[in-house]
Formats: sequence, structure tokens, C-alpha cells
Amino acid sequence: MLDKTGVPTPDQVLSRFPAEKDLLRPKAILECYEDIPCNPCSTNCPFQAIVIGEDINAQPRLIVERCTGCGLCVAVCPGLAIMTAALKNDRAVFQIPYELLPLPQTGEEWVGLDREGRPLGPARIEKVVRKADRTNVVTVSLEARHLYAFATVRCPR
Amino acid sequence: MIEKELVIVGAGPAGLCAARIAAEAGCRVLLIDRSPLLGGQLIKQTHKFFGSEQQRAKTRGFRIAEALVADLKPFGDTVEIWQEATVVGAYPDSVLTVWTNGEYRKIHFQSLILAVGAGERSLAFENNDLPGVYGAGAVQTLMNVYGVLPGKEVVMIGSGNIGLIVCYQLIQAGAVVKALVEAAPKIGGYKVHASKLRRLGVPILTRTTVVRALGDSAVKGVVLSGLDENWNPIPGTESEIACDAVCVAVGLSPLYQLAWMLGAEIPYVGELGGMVPLLDENRQTTVSGVFAAGDASGVEEASSAMVGGRLAGLHAARFLGHLHPDHTAIDTECRAQLSSLRGGPFGAKIRAGLKKAEVKVHAR
Amino acid sequence: MRIEQHPILDFPERKPIAFTFEGGPMLGREGDTIAAALHANGISALSESSELHRPRGFYCAIGNCSSCHMVVDGIPNVKTCITPLREGMAVTRQAGKGAYR
Repeated sequence: MLDKTGVPTPDQVLSRFPAEKDLLRPKAILECYEDIPCNPCSTNCPFQAIVIGEDINAQPRLIVERCTGCGLCVAVCPGLAIMTAALKNDRAVFQIPYELLPLPQTGEEWVGLDREGRPLGPARIEKVVRKADRTNVVTVSLEARHLYAFATVRCPR
Repeated sequence: MIEKELVIVGAGPAGLCAARIAAEAGCRVLLIDRSPLLGGQLIKQTHKFFGSEQQRAKTRGFRIAEALVADLKPFGDTVEIWQEATVVGAYPDSVLTVWTNGEYRKIHFQSLILAVGAGERSLAFENNDLPGVYGAGAVQTLMNVYGVLPGKEVVMIGSGNIGLIVCYQLIQAGAVVKALVEAAPKIGGYKVHASKLRRLGVPILTRTTVVRALGDSAVKGVVLSGLDENWNPIPGTESEIACDAVCVAVGLSPLYQLAWMLGAEIPYVGELGGMVPLLDENRQTTVSGVFAAGDASGVEEASSAMVGGRLAGLHAARFLGHLHPDHTAIDTECRAQLSSLRGGPFGAKIRAGLKKAEVKVHAR
Repeated sequence: MRIEQHPILDFPERKPIAFTFEGGPMLGREGDTIAAALHANGISALSESSELHRPRGFYCAIGNCSSCHMVVDGIPNVKTCITPLREGMAVTRQAGKGAYR
């Protein structure tokens, strides 16, 4: 499916999520599903939580206990294929990379989108970190039921 | 006649890296490029590069171009650069003719590195010559280098990495990508790039092609058709999409012409993009002292072009009697990087192609 | 159409450059190629094919394809996609293979 549509299957997505009990703190979700020669997520992780190994074509693997959810890999991944996810009460909270204009502002309500660009529901912008290299990191929260479906946000205007 | 020790044609990732390493080894270098800007196609790459730290992964392409140009700064005395200079002829008696500043200049070289890159292929369909039908790379140049957007609504043909990346960059520049069509049953490039488009709502239509562009003096739309398993249009599946630009991203072909003029052996190797010079293990063509690197010797990623450029520069220097103080270490390191970059499933085609384009015998 | 705002790139104001296209005045900006300046003014048809006289625009933008050849200051076959725009240039569409006048 991914080969034909660019959209991973629900099983592929699930395979990248730690158990929900581990999501009380944010964890990196590595949506890199094929062997490509690339390793910045691994070499830039301050906690050695992302393992690729000697062969840079291997897919990254998350060591859940080591991941602090700092989000450094979110900004670093050249494929914009990493977000962090956490569950906080009834909300799913994500850090996503964002490289479009306009940039969301803290407190705004945007539209959450799934992996096919379909609207899921309102997404609250919690925090926006502007990065020098312009891959900004946006913290956004949605209803918890969207944990596995959410992919990005769209400007409501 | 101007005498030069080492001439490098093309100031893209391969040429810039070759120039740096050859200068380190002690060569006097002339670097020639036809563009007003240095960096080749890196200057329009606004995305972050894959690879590892050694190839400056996670840095945007245009920033890599700036870094490679800065790397040449300490060698200002030994590396001469001609910009807006087009090499129009290459002769077997080691002579190049260059068109620059409204005049022809003749250069005699002792060694030459061809780092001339590749050209965008076209695709046959009705009205493909209408203004508004562009190579995807051309649109990338126009919008990312010159800040001009040639259309508001775009249809992309081809789902290799260039097609996928340029779609995303069109969206960043404010255009709407109406559809990306791909004749093959599967997406050609990295799926991470495809996923970026899909979550922004861009339709990716596999087993689909453009059968004609619409419009009289400019593109007004395209007619798409589904394709069967033999790549033939399926009757009754035609549909129309309005757009004011069509981007063609159906691959690149190496620019082999200068190597050909010099009399190098140039087989057709489909896996490498077309006609490529046969190379020995040190990137020397079948013409002694003439080396090749980057897309000119097989279409690959910029990361491998940089490493291949270093190898070519290193060995051209040795050919000229300038052994780099770290020759063996750099040589080993470059080869290790290349095999690592080409090690995965996306490198399979390149690996197969290189087997056909590598000569084990030494150059004549 | 000029891109005013971009999430990754900065396109600072650049000095206007006056030139003529088909005899009429036109403005480009410093650093433009001739073809980029024409596109910014909405001109995408740069030449005319030699046999069927169909309009042609550029295809590759890096000096390969010859589809952008125009007559600049009386000189035919100028690759406008890689030739920087200069003040006072007289640019006209080229019909066919081009000839010195």
C-alpha cells in the first residue's frame, strides 16, 4: 500500500508506536518504513535512543526506555518522518516538523489531518519552536482518539 | 592557447569536491561552469539531504553548495574559477574550447575531470512543447534560485525523488499541486517524500500518464489516462485536470558529449541513466588523464557525487604527480562511503550499472 | 509571479533592472536571468519553432535544451535561462534557428 499510495498501513503505523502506558511521556515515532541511506536521527540523538547501526541503509529502531521525547530528531530528520507522541489526560499531544507558511501561533486552533490529508478535527497549537534551519517544531494536541491517525495540521483560514 | 594543469568542467557537488582535494594535493586547478552561480543543481535544493554526516546529511542542498564553495576559499591562489563559461568543444589532443565573455578561448590541459552532470529527459505526449510544460528541475531553479513561480496549479509527471521533492517545494512556494502521476505501478522515490505530499492532500496516481496537454499558446490543463499492465492507455479512463504548469520528472541522462568528443569509450548503461564513459577503479575514462565524476558518469544522488568527486580529484592529482599527503586514507574512506551509500535496495540499480561501466584494464 | 514569502528561503528586495521585450519596456531584478525576468512578467513563450511556428518556452533552465533561445541585442541563440539580465537589454522572441540581422 505504501508503495502505491505513499500512505502506510494502520499496522505499519502501529508498529512504530510504543505501548500506550509508555506514552505518558512523549516518545519519538519513527515513520521510516524503507531502507534508505540516512542516519542523522541516530547520530544526533543525545540519548542514543535511536539505533541504525553500521549499515546506514537500515531502518531506525527506537529504544523506548532511553527516549526522553526531546524532539531533536523531529527537527533533524531530512524526510520529515518523525514526530513525538504522548497521551495527556484526554488529549494526544504531538511534536511535528513544520516547513510551510503561515506558521501556526501558540493558542490558535488549526485543523488536524490524517496521513491522507483528511481532516480529523480541531488541533490546538500548544507551542511553536522556530529553528534556525527553518524546520520548525510545532507542539499540537487533539482528542486522544486521534493518536494513531494524526499526521499534520492545516491552517483553518 | 592557455596552458592549464588540471581543468574541471562543472562546478556542482562533484566538481567542487574534486577541485578542493586536487588543490590540497598541490594541483593548479581551473574550474569552469556555464552558470552565473556555483554549486550546480545544489543551489536549488531547499530540502535537507539524506546520507550521513560525512556527506553533510540534514543540511539543505543550497547550504551545502555554500559550504563547498567556502571550502575552496583557502585555495584562491591555485584554484581559478571561470563562471558563465561554456565548454563547447573537446579535442583528443587535450584541448578545450570555451565560450565566455563573448569570445572563444582555447585551453590545453594535462588532466581533465568531467563533472558536467546530467540533463532532464522529456516525455512524448501531444502538445508537450507548449510553454508551461517544464522539466521539474527547471521549475525548481526558477522558484528556488530566482524566486519566480511559473504556475499556480501544477501537475507533476513522475514519482522519482525529483518529482516528489519538487511537488513539496512547489507547495512551500505557494502553488497547488493538483496531482502527481506515475506510469509505473509503484512510487519510484523515497516513500517518506511521498508521505509528506499525501498528508497535505496531494493525490498520487500510479499506473497513470498524461496523454495530452491542453491549450494554444500556454498550458491550460492536461488529459490523464489510466495504463494497463503493458503500459497502454486504457480506453474510457481519460480525465481532465485544469492546471497552468506541467512538470516532467521522468529521469535524467548523463551529459556524455565532451567525453565522446575526446574519444572515450561510452557504452549505453540504462541503470546509470544512458550513455556513460567507461571508468577504471580510479574514475579515469579510457582516455588517459581524463576522469569523470558525478551524474556525468551515472545518475545518482548528490551525496555520492560529492564523494565521487573527491575520488576523481585525488586520482587526477596523482596522475599529475601530486600525491595527496593522505592519499591512501582518503581513497579508502571515499570507497567505504560510496559502498555504504549504495548498499541498500535503492542502490541496487546503481550497483548493477556500475558493473557494466567499470573497466578493469588501465587506460590507454 | 514573484514569490514574496517563503518558509525556507529569503528573497530580499533587489535593484530593478530595466530592459525591453519585443520593443516594450519591462522590469526585472538584479540577479535574474533573462528568462526568469520574463517569467516574473508572465511571459513564458520565448521563441517559435522553425517548422510549425509553434510557441516555445524553456524546458531545462540550466543551458541544456536550447528551448529558451532568444535574440538579445541583435544576437540570436542566446541561452536566456543562464544569461544574466543586464540594464538596457533588448530582448525579442526568436523565430526558428535565428540569424544575425
